[in-house]
Amino acid sequence: MSLRRYALAALASAIFAGSAVAKDYELLNVSYDPTRELYQDYNTEFTNFWKANHPGDNVKIQQSHGGSGKQARGVIDGLRADVVTLALAGDIDEIAKLGKTLPENWQTRLPDASTPYTSTIVFLVRKGNPKGIKDWGDLTKDGVSVITPNPKTSGGARWNFLAAYAYGLKANGGDEEKAKEYVKTLFKHVPVLDTGARGSTITFVNNGQGDVLLAWENEAFLALKEDGGTDKFDIVVPSLSILAEPPVAVVDKNAEKKGNTEIAKAYLEHLYSPAGQEIAAKNFYRPRDKAVAAKYATQFPKLELVTIDKDFGGWKTAQPKFFNDGGVFDQIYQAQ
Amino acid sequence: MSNSTLSASSAANAARRGSPLSRRLLIGFGWLFFTLFLLLPLLIVVSQGLKMGVGTFFDAILEPDALSALKLTIIAVAISVPLNVVFGVSAAWCVSKYSFRGKSILVTLIDLPFSVSPVIAGLVYVLMFGAQGFFGPWLQDHDIQIVFALPGIVLATIFVTVPFVARELIPLMQEQGTQEEEAARLLGANGWQMFWHVTVPNIKWGLIYGVVLCTARAMGEFGAVSVVSGHIRGVTNTLPLHVEILYNEYNHVAAFAVATLLLILALFILLLKQWSESRINRLRASAAEE
Repeated sequence: MSLRRYALAALASAIFAGSAVAKDYELLNVSYDPTRELYQDYNTEFTNFWKANHPGDNVKIQQSHGGSGKQARGVIDGLRADVVTLALAGDIDEIAKLGKTLPENWQTRLPDASTPYTSTIVFLVRKGNPKGIKDWGDLTKDGVSVITPNPKTSGGARWNFLAAYAYGLKANGGDEEKAKEYVKTLFKHVPVLDTGARGSTITFVNNGQGDVLLAWENEAFLALKEDGGTDKFDIVVPSLSILAEPPVAVVDKNAEKKGNTEIAKAYLEHLYSPAGQEIAAKNFYRPRDKAVAAKYATQFPKLELVTIDKDFGGWKTAQPKFFNDGGVFDQIYQAQ
Repeated sequence: MSNSTLSASSAANAARRGSPLSRRLLIGFGWLFFTLFLLLPLLIVVSQGLKMGVGTFFDAILEPDALSALKLTIIAVAISVPLNVVFGVSAAWCVSKYSFRGKSILVTLIDLPFSVSPVIAGLVYVLMFGAQGFFGPWLQDHDIQIVFALPGIVLATIFVTVPFVARELIPLMQEQGTQEEEAARLLGANGWQMFWHVTVPNIKWGLIYGVVLCTARAMGEFGAVSVVSGHIRGVTNTLPLHVEILYNEYNHVAAFAVATLLLILALFILLLKQWSESRINRLRASAAEE
């Protein structure tokens, strides 16, 4: 082998090795509305974690937030998300079905049905609870105004809707017609439907609309944490609610195209690590990890929780039945 | 001068002035309305932005995401406004210097973006260039990103600002007619010379006025851009979108600080407009004297 050829080979391998050692990543996480603070914290944690194992890499994580359904629509229409962290599995199912950018069995690829943290739906009321709201039944009393976002565009709103419906079923001994009647009356008390959960929170918290906000537990805690929040609002935990499971997934085709497959996977897997779970708990999401959950147990009230899979047959059944065109939501809302 | 003309002119003056009471009421009402609905809200925006002091104000404006939003806004304006100038001048030229079939339809179409909701303008581009859109598969194959990236934002901005330059120039050029251009041609000027030495000086101030309005709208556009932006922080957020994001993140001071920045840009543009407007009026007045 001539010296020249040897030098060339050395050069080539140096370039190759160099590119394997130091890489620039730009990862886009398309998420739903109330996770802004969670992922702000988590992105810092993950960047440090990745750099500890891959010194020399540059990692830049970009965020996009909005109503979960709207965000899914964006990804279907070509928003190049490497990972989606949305409010419910139904929205990622839509991306798999219409966008064809990830396989339909995406939810089996990570533990706990790809849901690293959970939450539930609680009530946020004005300080001292002037309207005396204790449970779902009180929301349909005269003169009570309820704030919730639009189930068509917001994931949180769909959890709200199903929680209310579950209460309607329980209060009426499982009678579906009476449950529909209950949610129909409930939505007569809703003056405005924002497109996302954060929009509704702003409507309730800043603009002073409504007596009660149906909110993600984490969103309600966050509203209390904001300056002066504890002087203005109380959280009311209803007798029954729903286990809200916001899942995460790598959008395979986008990640491949951008050369981000490896880091996108690591990004989601690290959410399940003790450090990731700790950040979730600190941002008022219920952690899956038993040790972290025990540590933060006092933070989260205990209540009866129905689940999407056991009580509603999963999102693949619930989405068309309740929220697609002509579904229960359309029936009860258009009839007004 | 006869008495009758004197009394007639003083009567006209009196009519112009109106009775003292109703005049004062009207002016008072005008000021009240102006203060309540324009001045006060704007002052609140500025005062909210400065609530935590000048330091926080500048932190909010100089923060990387805000700077990238400012940069994106400037890029969108810098691309869409010149294109609109070219389109506006050619459209106005066509409409005012030639007569042809379908002219009134063209004039109506130029106004279309005024009547179409900006949301529709945004959705149109998603339906055309989105992954599921008409050109979607082809664009994907060639790895070209239009919506949820800069090109989509520029397209949406162009759509909503199309009428401004043309609308400003059409009446101006119609009023001026074609005589001067004809004279230039008779004196041996070629098309280009005629355009630069006769037409452009004539329409200069109207053009500047149109550009100013166009710039103001391009900078402030929210609806159409919101649909095609994808809201990626630090990448596809323009200034108005950035204001909304900050507001939704309980970051009020920063939201109002960035809003103040937009307001300052708008005021600057408004001053330009006032200046060009006064120039147009002076030109018109001198033209009328001749």
